[in-house]
Order: sequence, then structure tokens, then C-alpha cells
Amino acid sequence: MTLALILVSIVVAAMLGLVTQNRWRIPLLLVSCTLAVYAFQPQLPVRGLDFWLPTATLALTTLAWILTTPREQRSWRINWPAAVILGGIVLVLGLTRYLGLSPHLTASRPPQTLQILAGLATVAMVAFLLTRFTKPGKSVLTGAFVFIILIFIVLKVPQLAALVSMALRSLNHQSTSLALAQDLRWLGFSYIAFRLLHTIRDRQSGRLPAVSLSEYVVYVIFFPALTAGPIDRIERFVGDLRRPLALTADDLGEAGKRLVLGLFKKFAVVDVLAMIALNGTNALQVRSAGWAWVLLYAYTFQIYFDFSGYTDIAIGLGRLLGIKLPENFKAPYLKPNLTQFWNSWHMTLTQWFRAYFFNPVTRALRSGKRPLPIPAVIFITQVTTMVLIGLWHGVTLNFVAWGLWHGLGLFVHNRWSDLTRARFTALSPHWQAALNVGGVLLTFNFIALGWVFFALPGLSISVHFLRLLFGLV
Amino acid sequence: MNFRFLRNVIIKGLVLFLLFDLVFAAVNPAALGKVSLYNHLFAGRQRFPFGEDSSQSYNLSLFNLDAMFAAHIIANGPKPADEYRVIIIGDSSVWGILLHPEETLAGQLNAVGLSLCGKTIRVYNLGYPTISLMKDLMVLDYASRYQPDLVIWPVSLEAFPDDKQLSSPIVANNATRVEDLITRYKLPLDPNDPALVHPGLWDNTLIGQRHTLADLFRLQMYGMLWAATGIDQTYPVDYQHAQTDFNTDVTFHNMQPPTLDASRLAFEVLEAGLHLAGGTPVILINEPILISDGENSDLRYNILYPRWAYDEWREMMSARAEAGGWNYLDLWNIVPAGEFTNSAIHLTPAGESMLAGRVDQIILQQSCP
Repeated sequence: MTLALILVSIVVAAMLGLVTQNRWRIPLLLVSCTLAVYAFQPQLPVRGLDFWLPTATLALTTLAWILTTPREQRSWRINWPAAVILGGIVLVLGLTRYLGLSPHLTASRPPQTLQILAGLATVAMVAFLLTRFTKPGKSVLTGAFVFIILIFIVLKVPQLAALVSMALRSLNHQSTSLALAQDLRWLGFSYIAFRLLHTIRDRQSGRLPAVSLSEYVVYVIFFPALTAGPIDRIERFVGDLRRPLALTADDLGEAGKRLVLGLFKKFAVVDVLAMIALNGTNALQVRSAGWAWVLLYAYTFQIYFDFSGYTDIAIGLGRLLGIKLPENFKAPYLKPNLTQFWNSWHMTLTQWFRAYFFNPVTRALRSGKRPLPIPAVIFITQVTTMVLIGLWHGVTLNFVAWGLWHGLGLFVHNRWSDLTRARFTALSPHWQAALNVGGVLLTFNFIALGWVFFALPGLSISVHFLRLLFGLV
Repeated sequence: MNFRFLRNVIIKGLVLFLLFDLVFAAVNPAALGKVSLYNHLFAGRQRFPFGEDSSQSYNLSLFNLDAMFAAHIIANGPKPADEYRVIIIGDSSVWGILLHPEETLAGQLNAVGLSLCGKTIRVYNLGYPTISLMKDLMVLDYASRYQPDLVIWPVSLEAFPDDKQLSSPIVANNATRVEDLITRYKLPLDPNDPALVHPGLWDNTLIGQRHTLADLFRLQMYGMLWAATGIDQTYPVDYQHAQTDFNTDVTFHNMQPPTLDASRLAFEVLEAGLHLAGGTPVILINEPILISDGENSDLRYNILYPRWAYDEWREMMSARAEAGGWNYLDLWNIVPAGEFTNSAIHLTPAGESMLAGRVDQIILQQSCP
């Protein structure tokens, strides 16, 4: 996201937080978040796609709400304003094509109105059919779950994304030879998908609270957390949303602090580190192991400050709007072991995977007729969880390698700490402190080495760089 | 925390920022250029910082001469006692567009491993990709503090027209230095020329200097990648070769044949340079140019020079060199057309080698300091 967009977001959040009365809070948030979905979407080369993808976000969210909400809670009488706001915004944004506004609120000129009307009618029809003829039963919810995963896979597998781009280009009478996976950059879909999957799974398990359409949509596309999280839980988020908004000096002070810190991290620290951070080009140009480590450490800090900077901004914006978004980072590079690192790095993502993958799989493996030995369960769950987290970043061999690196690291640490816990606790505090310092250094370097797979575009270049780091080239 | 506390924090922050800004403007912020990590934390550059595509070339253009020299290997400590120091000033052909540092004239001369008077000859590339004698003079003036034993100054006619002297950004943005040189050597240039940029108080504040400060900082950061990779410019696999077919236009900087107006050529700046060098010998070189055999090559040598203008300028140079006792080498035609790259004065490594083969002989003929 650009600095200009972030500054506009701050102004909007401050105005909403300070000016709006409570009865208008949710409708105005709904309008702001809906507009932000379009405003944040980057321009795409496939004609109209940068309008249709945000529209698809709204459609998916609305349909997911219908599927996850008990019939008695889906009252049209309560929810029609939200439906009208959503449909109205899509239509009004579409009509801006005739105003010749520059820049548009959308990434490029919206498609023809007739197409938009047809799109809205289709969504309305599907929504009507779902409302009328389905109960949010297990199979329907599982179908929705699988559908979102399939979209995710299409977006994250470069070859599939390129194929879809080719098909869309063909429909638009654009050159198919220029089709690229990047043509399908769907802003925020990763995080939107996590929120939708979370509500679907919680609905299946009966834990999902009943929420209105506007609350659900604001939760899924809450603009401060749209592009880079954190991934909140709906029950916590809606709790904040329903609480009367009365910003205190503490809220403003905390919001200001996080925003300033986030902007500084993102646009001062990260931009500086980006100049010297490891990438696919300089990995092949660097001539010595010493400098290779400098590049790698620069990348290690770049990725942390980039991500945590975004989180600070999101938390600051949320605070202005009366929403206390969860923390995502807690000094992760200062942790003495890999397990603690993953408890403090992108915490909401790991909590999500723990809740919806790691724990259920662990339970399944341990509660069968022939339960596996504990080390085997730990090995399987940790490696598969980390590989899945890797694949979430992109379906490439490098992300698999990164996931394996961390999965195996977690397993080794788990076994090691099991073996040495008793001896460690018997040591004097001085020795424990010294070992902790050693653990921090070891863990930090292990993580940094893992970033090689993350930063570089292929396995061969990653191996080359790893060899260079250890003076083997 | 209460609202009053927040208000006070904001007011105090603004006041402190304002005060710091004024103090910053009051001191000379340009002097910050002397603060450099080059030659301390990592090696100095083999040639001046210059480049537009910083993320690829790990280099950038800036106008702060202090920073440019501080980033250069020539600023790496005092001159060693066993070094015979040669500096080469000049334009982009000296800097070495499309050439690796070791392929430039300076690089090739260093590779030969020459020695003179029992000292190792060390050649420093102080070329900068702007063609203007005034720029060369400014660089020479600054470089004199590094105690050169010999100055090599390749020039070409394109550096002489009066309209080229103050217009290049590096000259225009060093108004104080340029004005000083104009006054010191009574040059026929206007110190109030509107091309010269005179920063006001606002320009010297932290906000006014933000781009300059960012450039200084980026120069340090890219220095790490320069040191890590040895790369200081991009080398495109394919580039547009120098033009060899021309139209029939034979004007040169609005001058028409047959007479080249010497009063519109900055010979005074050249002479000022020779004077500035003082006791340090200067070898002036008419640098090699592309001699085309394409369409209308009977009218023009290349895209820069109509034949009449260039021939006349060469005669002027020879005559002035003889009259002034200059150490002047006319090497305009020693490099065949095939050894030029993307311009009429940019040489291939082989072309540079031919030039170096002539220049090293001249260096070895110098008397001991």
C-alpha cells in the first residue's frame, strides 16, 4: 500500500472515530470498508478485473454470511440497509465511469453498467436461492470451505493463475500471450479467505455468534486489516464493534504511537533495508560470504519491519475506530527457541493454523484406534502445518522448502527440549541466562537462513546462496 | 494520559522540530557530504557516483561534490609515499559508460602496473558523465587537494560551447564553487546566470534538503552493494549503437560553416584548468571520436560533430597548444569505428586499450616530481 493510501486511511479512521455518532458507526464503517476494497485493489492488466475482484470479495462475503447465519437471524427487515449499501456502492462506483473522474476510486475505469447490473442480479439471485432453499448444513458449509480453498489454490499456483488469466483475457479479446500469474492479484484475498474459513468452521462447530450482515462484512473487510492482517476472531471483533464508541486520550495516544511507529518502520526502516536486502538479482552478484550475510540479515530485518509496520498501522487505525485488533508480533527475533519464535511471529496466522489444522490433526492422530507415538504425531503435525503455512505464501518449491525448514526445526527443538528440560531447569540462573542468549543467536540465524528460501525465486539459486554463505562457492 | 497531555506532546514535538530545522538551516547542511562510510566501512568507489537506475546499478547521481569525492577511492587516506598519483578528469568516456571499472582508461592503466621515479603509478578515474569544461574545472579544483602528480584531461569539442558550461545539473547545483572559479580565473561566464541554483533559507532546512539528505543516505547504502558486488552501473545485453547515418544538417550549436566562432568556445576555462594545476603537469588529450562511413558522413564525422566544425576546432587546439606550450595529444582518430559503443565518444574495452596504449607511454615520459 502506498503512503498516500495509508494517510487517507488515517484521516478516514480519525474522522470516523472522532466525528460519528454511535448509531451511524457500523453503517459508516460498512461504507468505508466497502469503498476501501475497491480503492486498495491495484490496477490489473485484464480489462475490468480490478473492479470485478473487489466485487467478488463483497459477493463471497455476503454469500458466506448467508451460509453461516441461522435462518432466523437472516431477517431482511434487519439486514436490508447493509444489502442496499453494498449493492448501491457497487452500482455507484460503476456509474463513475461516466463522470470522467481521475483518479477513479476504482483502480481503472469500471466496466459497463449493464455488466455490473447483470453481476449484481446474479449475486442477488444466488443469495436468494441460498436464503430460500438451503440450511447452513454440514455439507453446504464444507462445500463453501472447499470452494474458498479452491479459489486460493488457483490464485497461489502460478500456472493455474496464468491459465485463468489467459481465459479472462480471451473473454475480453485481449492478447492471451501476455497472460501472467500476477494478473490475478486479488488484494487481501488471503486474509479475507482466512476470515471466511474461520466463520465457516466455527459455524460447523456451533461456536459462531449470530451477527448481522453489516457486522459480518465489516469484520471480513475491515479496511485497516484488509491487506496484511491481523486475522481477528469474529466474536472478539464484533464485541468491540457493538461496544459504544467513546475514544479516550489513551486510545488516541496508543493509536498515534502505533501509527507513527508503523509509518516509520514501513517507510523509513524498510525502504532503507530494501536497498541492500537479499533478492534474486543480488544473490548472484555478491562476491563474498561476509557480504552475503549482510544481505541476508538486511532481508531478515526488512521482512520483520515491513510486516510488523503494517500491523502497527492496522492496530493504530483500528484503535481510532474503537477496535482493538490483536497483536501479530512480539519481539520474535529475541526468542530463545523456534517454538517461541512461532508464538510471536505472525501470531494470528499461527493461531489460525493451530485452531483449524494443527489441533484437529493432532487429535485425529492421537485418538484413532491405533494412535501414533507422540514423536510421530509431533513430526507429522508440525511439518505439515509449516508446509501449509509455506504454501499459503505461494505454491512453489521454495515455500515448501521454507515450510520444511521450519517444520523440521520445530520438531528437532521439541525433541531437544523434551530431552534437556530437566537438566536446564537444574542449572544456575547465570547458566540459564547464558544459554538463553546462545539460543536467541542460534534461533535468529536459523530463521535468517530459512529466509533464503523465502526471498529467492528458485531452489537452485537458494542452494547457491546458502553455499556462498558458508564459503562453499 | 489525558487530552491535555496529548495536545502538549504534539505542540512540543512541533516546536522541537521547528527549532531543529532552523538550526539545521543555519549550519551548512551541504558539509554533511563529507561524512561517509566509504573508505572506512567499505571500499571507496573506483569512479564517481552516477546512475539513474539505482536498484540495478547500486549507484546514483548527486550534486554534492564533497559526497562524491568522499565516496571515491581517492579519498582513502593520505597519499602513500610510494605512489605516483595520476588523475584523469573528463566526461562519460573517462567515467566509462558500459565499461566495468577495470575496463576504463584508468582501470587499464592501473592493470599495466606502471612505475615511475621508483613509485607505483596509481591512476584515479575522476571522470563524470557530463560534457562541460566548467564541470572538469570544478572537479580538478577539488581534486587538487589530493596531491596529484599528473593530470590527464581528455576533452572533446562538445565540452567547449559556452552554452554547455553552466547548464549541466552538477555545475548548476554547485553555484558557490562555480562563482568562485569564475571570479578567481576571470572567466567570461555570468555568475548570475539563471541556470545556477542558489539555495535560499528554506532550501537549507531539513524539509528543503530532504531529497539531498535522502540521496546522501542512499549513496551510503548502495555503497554496501557496490562493495559486495563490484557493480556500479547496469550493463544491458543489447543497446543502441552509435548513429552512423546522418541528415545533412551541419550546424554546430547554432554556428554555421565555414567559421567556428572561437569566442563562443570556452578556451578560457581550459586555460584556467591548466593554470589551476600549477606545477602539476597536465596532459591534454583530444579524445578519440567515432569516424563514421555511413550516410552523409562526408558532412559529419558523427552525430556530435559536423566535419567543418571539428576540423577547425582541432586546428585551434593545435595552434593554442603550440602557442601555450601545452602537453597536448591529438588522438581523435586512433580508434576504429567498430570499437565505439552507444555514442560517438564511448569506447569498447578494446578501444580503451588502444587509448591506454598511447597514454601510458606519455605518462612514462614525465619527469620525476
